[in-house]
Amino acid sequence: MKKDVSASQLDTHLREMTAARVALGRSGSGVPTGASLAFALDHARAREAVWSDMDKTSLREALVFWPLASVRSAAPDRSSYIRRPDLGRKLAPETDLSTLPKEGIVIVIADGLSAMAVNANAVKVVTHLQSLLPEPAGIVLAERGRVAIGDEIGAMVCAKAVVVLIGERPGLSSADSLGAYITWSPEPRLPDSRRNCISNIRDGGLAPEDAANRIATLLRRMEKAQISGVALAGSVAEQLLHKA
Amino acid sequence: MSYSSTIGKTRYSFESLKDLLAKATPERSGDELAGIAAEGPVERLAAQVALADLPLQSFLDTDILGVENDEITELIYSSHDLPAFAPISHMTMGEFREWLLAPTTTSEILNKLQPGLTPEMVAAVSKIMRSQDLIAVAQKCRVVTKFNNTIGLEGRMATRNQPNHPTDDSRGILASAIDGLIMGTGDAVIGVNPATDTVEDYIRIVSLLDRLVEALEIPTQHCCLGHVTVALEAIGRGAPVDLVFQSIAGSQKANEGFGVNLSLLCEAHEAALSLKRGRIGDNVMYFETGQGAALSADAHHGMDQQTMEARAYAVAREFRPLLVNTVVGFIGPEYLFNGKQIMRAGLEDHFCGKLFGLPMGVDVCYTNHTDADQNDMDSLLVSLSAAGVNFVICVPGADDIMLNYQSLSSHDAIFVRETLHKAPAPEFSDWMENKGITDKTGRMRSEPALSGPSLLALTEAAQ
Repeated sequence: MKKDVSASQLDTHLREMTAARVALGRSGSGVPTGASLAFALDHARAREAVWSDMDKTSLREALVFWPLASVRSAAPDRSSYIRRPDLGRKLAPETDLSTLPKEGIVIVIADGLSAMAVNANAVKVVTHLQSLLPEPAGIVLAERGRVAIGDEIGAMVCAKAVVVLIGERPGLSSADSLGAYITWSPEPRLPDSRRNCISNIRDGGLAPEDAANRIATLLRRMEKAQISGVALAGSVAEQLLHKA
Repeated sequence: MSYSSTIGKTRYSFESLKDLLAKATPERSGDELAGIAAEGPVERLAAQVALADLPLQSFLDTDILGVENDEITELIYSSHDLPAFAPISHMTMGEFREWLLAPTTTSEILNKLQPGLTPEMVAAVSKIMRSQDLIAVAQKCRVVTKFNNTIGLEGRMATRNQPNHPTDDSRGILASAIDGLIMGTGDAVIGVNPATDTVEDYIRIVSLLDRLVEALEIPTQHCCLGHVTVALEAIGRGAPVDLVFQSIAGSQKANEGFGVNLSLLCEAHEAALSLKRGRIGDNVMYFETGQGAALSADAHHGMDQQTMEARAYAVAREFRPLLVNTVVGFIGPEYLFNGKQIMRAGLEDHFCGKLFGLPMGVDVCYTNHTDADQNDMDSLLVSLSAAGVNFVICVPGADDIMLNYQSLSSHDAIFVRETLHKAPAPEFSDWMENKGITDKTGRMRSEPALSGPSLLALTEAAQ
C-alpha cells in the first residue's frame, strides 16, 4: 500500500511532469496573485516582442565581415504589417540588391513577429553558419518581412538557396524564439511545402550554434538532391528505411 | 434582383447578394484583407438597411456563393426543408430578426425551424443583430447531445479539458488532464491536439485517455484531435476511439485544404458509430471551425468570412455531432484584429451554430500578436455563459504550451459554476460530488479530494 500523498506532494509531482501551468492553486475561482501577475508579465513581454524593432545598427556592425544589404517589405508600418501578411511577403518597390553576390546562398534576416528574437539570436546563428559554408553568403536585413519575402530576394540574386532567419510568433514561455526556413532554388509564389524548417532557436531552446549546424547539414543535402521541403524529408526517410 | 438603399441623398448599390452580405458584416480585418469589406461605417449601414428589407425567400432563389460544383452548396440546398421554412417564408430579414427576439418564439418553435434555415440566412440575420440580440436568441436555442453524458441542458455549461503537450509526452498529457479534473473540467471531452501525426501516437494517446477515464470512472468521453484519416486507421486497428474529430470549413475547396470531403466524413462517422462505445447516446463526431479558415486557404470565393463560417455548420449538422466549436481567436489579427472583433465573432458563431441546430461551443482564445488579453476573454466568457454556450475549452493556467496561444483556465470553469451558476453535465456533476471535488451544493471543496494514491499510481503507469 502506498502512503496517501498530500495535496502539495501531488502538486510537486504534476509540476515535474509538464512545463504547463499546472498546480497553480486558487482562491475561490481566482488564480493566486503571484501566478496571475506572472502570466500577465509573460503576456506583456510577448506583446512587446511583436511590436519590437530590429536593431539594425548593432546587426550591421556585427555582420560587417560579409556582403550586406538592407530592404523593407511592401508593408509601410508595423500596424499594416500585422494586418496584411500579403504585404510582408513582398519587397518594397525601390529594393536594390546589386551589392550582393549572385548564384550563391543568401541569408535573409527578417523581424517576422519578434524582432527581439532576431536581436538576441540572429548574429550567433549567422556567424557560425558562415564558418560552415564553402563560400561566404550574402546577407539581407529585411524589415517587416514574412517568410516568403526570402523567395523574392532569392530570385533577385539568382540564389542557389535562401536561409530565412525570422522571429517566431511569441509564446508566453518564450518571446525571443527564432525560426529558420531553408528553400532550395527560391522563386516567388512557391508553396510552403517546398521549405524545410527549424524552430525554437534561442537560449533555452535549440542553441544558435546547433541550429547553424543543422542548417548547414540541410543545405548540403539539398545541394545533393537539388530539392527542398517535403520531398527532401521523404527522400531522407527512404534512405533511413534502406539502411534499416 | 437589385440590392440597394438610399442614405440621405446617396444611393448605395451592391452588385450581388454575396457583395451585400460582405458589406453588411460588422468590421473585421479578414474581410478587409480579402478586399470585400464596406468602405466605411456609412456604407456598412447602407448594406445593413438593404439587407433588413430583403425577403428571406431571396436566399433560396439564388446560388449565393456562385461556384459550380461545390458539394457544400449542393448539401445546403438539398437538405433545405420547405415545410419547416413555411412559418417565416413571408418575412423580410428585418422582420425575421424581430420574430426571433419575440417571447412568443419559443425554444420549441426554434427547434422546428432548424431544417428550414440555410447558413446564409442565419449569417445574414446575425449581421443586423447587436451582441445582446445574439445572446437573447441563442439562449432560447437548446441543442442536447449524448455519448457518455448529457451536454447542452438548460442552466448548464460543459468544458473540454485540453491537456496538450509539445511532444505528446504521455506523462505531460496526464499531468495537465489531472490538473483540470481536480478543478472539475472535462465533461464535454478530454481532448488532446496531437503535436505528432502518426497513427501509433494517436493510438497511444486515446489508449492513455481511455485508461484515465476508466481508472477514475469519469462519465465523459475522450478524443485525440488528429486527422480523420488517422482516426479511421486507428479504428481499423482496434483503438478505443470515443469521438472522431475533424476541422471543417464552408466550401469544398477549403475542405480539400483540410484533406476531407463529405464522403470521407461519412465513412468516418459510420466507423465511429460501428464501435458503439457511447453508453447513453450515439453522437460520435467532434468538429472545429473558425472564421477565416476558408480565406486562409484562398477558398472563400469572395464570400465574407462569417457567412463562410456559417456554411461549415451545414457540413457539421449532417453528422449529428456531440460537439462543435469555433476556435474564434486562434487564427490571428489578419482575420480578427482585436479583442472587440474576437468577442463579436464568438457571439456570432455561437448564435449561428445554435440557431442552425448545432451543439455549439467556443474556444475562447487569442494569440500574442492580436490586440487582446485575458480581460477580453473574461467578457466573452460571461456573454457566452448568458447565451447558454454548450461548452468552452480549458487548459492549465490558460496557457497552451503546444499550440502557443491562450484559452481559458480551469479556474474560469469554477467561476462559471460558482459566480454565474451554470452546472456541468448532470452525470459529471454527480461524479464531482462523489469524488469529493465539490460539496452537495456544487461548490468546490477547499482541498482537492481526488485520492492522492490513485492519481499517483496513474502518473506512474504512464511512464
